[in-house]
Amino acid sequence: MLSLERRAVDSRAMQWASPLLALLLTVITGLFLFMALGKDPIEGLTFFFLIPLSDAQGWAELGLKMAPLLLCAAGLTICYRAKIWNIGAEGHFLMGSLWASAAALYLSEQTGFWVLPVVLLAGIIAGALWALLAGVLKTQFHCNEILTTIMLNYIALNLLLFAVHGPLKDPYGFGFPQSEMFAAAALLPKLIPDTRLHIGLLFALLAAVAVGVLFARTFIGFQLKVLGQDERAAAFAGFPAKRLTLLAFILAGGLAGLAGASEVTGPLGQLVPQVSPGYGYTAIIVVFLGRMQAVGIILAAALLALTFMGGEMLQIAMNMPKAITGLFQGLLLFYLLTCDAFIHYRIRFRRAPAASAGEA
Amino acid sequence: MATAERLRLENIVKEYPGCRANDGVHLSVQAGEIHALLGENGAGKSTLMKIIYGVIQPDAGTLTWNGHPLTLQGPAHARELGIGMVFQHFSLFETLTVAENIALSLPAAQARDRSKLDTRIREVSEHYGMALDPRRFVNTLSIGERQRVEIVRCLIQDSSLLILDEPTSVLTPQEVQVLFRTLRQLSKEGCSILFISHKLQEVRDLCHRATVLRQGRVTGECNPGEITTDDIARMMVGNETPLSTQVDPSEPGELLLQTNNLNYQTRDPFGTSLQDICMSLRAGEIVGIAGVAGNGQDELLRALSGEAKVNNDSLQLSGMSIGDSGPAVRRKLGVAVVPEERLGRGAVPSMSLVDNSLLTAYGQGMISKGWVGLGKVRDYAGRVVEQFGVRAAGIDSAATSLSGGNLQKFIIGREALQQPKLLVASHPTWGVDVGSAVAIHEALVKLRDEGAAVLLISEDLDELFQLCGRMGAICAGKLSPLVPTSELSIEKLGQWMAGDFPTAATNTTTETKHAVA
Repeated sequence: MLSLERRAVDSRAMQWASPLLALLLTVITGLFLFMALGKDPIEGLTFFFLIPLSDAQGWAELGLKMAPLLLCAAGLTICYRAKIWNIGAEGHFLMGSLWASAAALYLSEQTGFWVLPVVLLAGIIAGALWALLAGVLKTQFHCNEILTTIMLNYIALNLLLFAVHGPLKDPYGFGFPQSEMFAAAALLPKLIPDTRLHIGLLFALLAAVAVGVLFARTFIGFQLKVLGQDERAAAFAGFPAKRLTLLAFILAGGLAGLAGASEVTGPLGQLVPQVSPGYGYTAIIVVFLGRMQAVGIILAAALLALTFMGGEMLQIAMNMPKAITGLFQGLLLFYLLTCDAFIHYRIRFRRAPAASAGEA
Repeated sequence: MATAERLRLENIVKEYPGCRANDGVHLSVQAGEIHALLGENGAGKSTLMKIIYGVIQPDAGTLTWNGHPLTLQGPAHARELGIGMVFQHFSLFETLTVAENIALSLPAAQARDRSKLDTRIREVSEHYGMALDPRRFVNTLSIGERQRVEIVRCLIQDSSLLILDEPTSVLTPQEVQVLFRTLRQLSKEGCSILFISHKLQEVRDLCHRATVLRQGRVTGECNPGEITTDDIARMMVGNETPLSTQVDPSEPGELLLQTNNLNYQTRDPFGTSLQDICMSLRAGEIVGIAGVAGNGQDELLRALSGEAKVNNDSLQLSGMSIGDSGPAVRRKLGVAVVPEERLGRGAVPSMSLVDNSLLTAYGQGMISKGWVGLGKVRDYAGRVVEQFGVRAAGIDSAATSLSGGNLQKFIIGREALQQPKLLVASHPTWGVDVGSAVAIHEALVKLRDEGAAVLLISEDLDELFQLCGRMGAICAGKLSPLVPTSELSIEKLGQWMAGDFPTAATNTTTETKHAVA
């Protein structure tokens, strides 16, 4: 008989083995998936994981997709360490891109070097305020942040759709729901010439490292950790739980807002309805896969960025549906959560208890 | 019948990952015998009890019941055989009546006829001097009465062996006497009782024989009436550990803490609101507050620590009103607190001792401009571990990996090294081994001698009488006068614990008088 038994001490090895095991299981499941769809499984996996990275352009694209994922994930890490389950990075991201676009369009006549910082700042502030809304609902009215942030995501999406269909629509755009192209002063500089990779990736790497330092070295990070692990101890120690919660929301919102702003001022150069293929949601997987550690989320962001590229590649090369990206991401999270159980538990083979009843 | 052997355990072994909870334990209980099972926390008492009650199976060894060796299939099987158990934490539904609670544990056939059951409950409870109304709801019963429900529940099932796990820890001294009368009567009628406790005086008063466990082994069997409590304690802790602290009286200094009609309305439906608490503490004294659990002790601690805010002027530290400032501000002013819950309030279970030092000692120069001085924190944790004899694998071990006593020494040490003006400690030695308890008592006395005021909230009367210069009791959120310990008899304290004391108005005058004296 199989049974799960609680470990005396959590397994450190499993802590890091779990994501790798989850990836392996995802790949194996992928094999069967391709077979079931009547495709060559090896070819499918090659197109998904390897072909996208076969040239320098591919690596640049990887960095491009990594940037928003990592920015959102860095912010979410702050929340999740404090056990604040903010699912709203997508909404923060969308608000960030919306208001950065508004700022870029408003300043389209300007050419100063200050234009880009102002545009990015607009995105950061918009994202932070949007997140703060959920934070205030949580601290003042005890609203569950999982629900409020998800709902705010939809509101943000609809505000963005309203903007591209209305006030921000390009008057000469033949009625397409998209904004004018931004002026050069509002565009992010390229990191590598002749690719789409821009300096947003640097923001993201910097954010990941900063979050790592926040939790390793600062008192605020420590207080957030205590808040997450033991609310009663935080209250006992006199840590300001409400202010810390709001701070976590503001930082998460600001970083996701910056991700949104970087996306419109980077590869897109304008506001479009499909500004995010779900970066804010995928970032949740990044955080858990990356063990809420700086190095971890950087690696995980790269992997998840690859799933977006692999998904596109399969659509083009093997005529497979777009849903394949979400499917792989979902499989990964599913296996990760399953494997994570073995951090706290282990499998034991047990014999059924002997049925030798004595008589009294 | 009196000499028949009811229960015999031979060579019982039970191993858990990382520890051998029972290591070849022998135990023999005669019919009609009150047998004490003694030992410190972690000595293996609970494991042995669970084996006897069929909750867990031993890895090796035999269990003989009335002369028949057998394997228990589970608690239901044990109950069928006549083994009844009263746990330390009652398993009663508060929203059901006494009779309904009892019916729940009976076979369906017996439970169905409610009026017959009511009569039976009345008969049994009156016969043993534990009057109970079967129709009353459990939530209206006192703790002592709830315990009666548990005992009656066992007796109705014709138990011939009753296991009681630390039954007196929740009772006032008077209630304890009532319980003992019942147990003696049961014993006379042939029911065996296995009495688990670490209150040695009680064991001496009540029990016929005692088996002492230490680290999973039997270290002695004795007739507790014939030897001293010190002898028993020796068997429990071994030879290396001192058994108690010598406490010299102290000379209190200036007025440090004063509460003026402190009120606190709890929002917890199971909490107790504080009413007009008036007390004063001076530097260099230990003041004790006795009381049965759940009478406002936790609320009082929260009101003093700042976790609960109260009217600003109703709480004054050195003449400064601090009622509506939070824990961080009070800590800065020299208030240190040791809460009742060690894990999950006093310390973060999953965090290391280093991080747990930072938790409350952050005011000791560990933070500069928001950055944590890791070296300083490690240093502090190291000093706590060293000076207070905390046994741990190292300062990077998680708080959960420490035993209760060692973690408590760590928490007391963490607070004491902050050189507080006022230390409030709640149940500091609850569930702690004798050696650690002595170390904790010494730390409290040392703090007092260094000029701190110590408020000791405890259920352990021995501890209070030993350490405190003045003491009183809390009952239903009201505080009795705090009088010099030398003027307080245990009987009077018992009455106060039951709520029989002069009201707040007289309280203030009594206290002023004693403060002057």
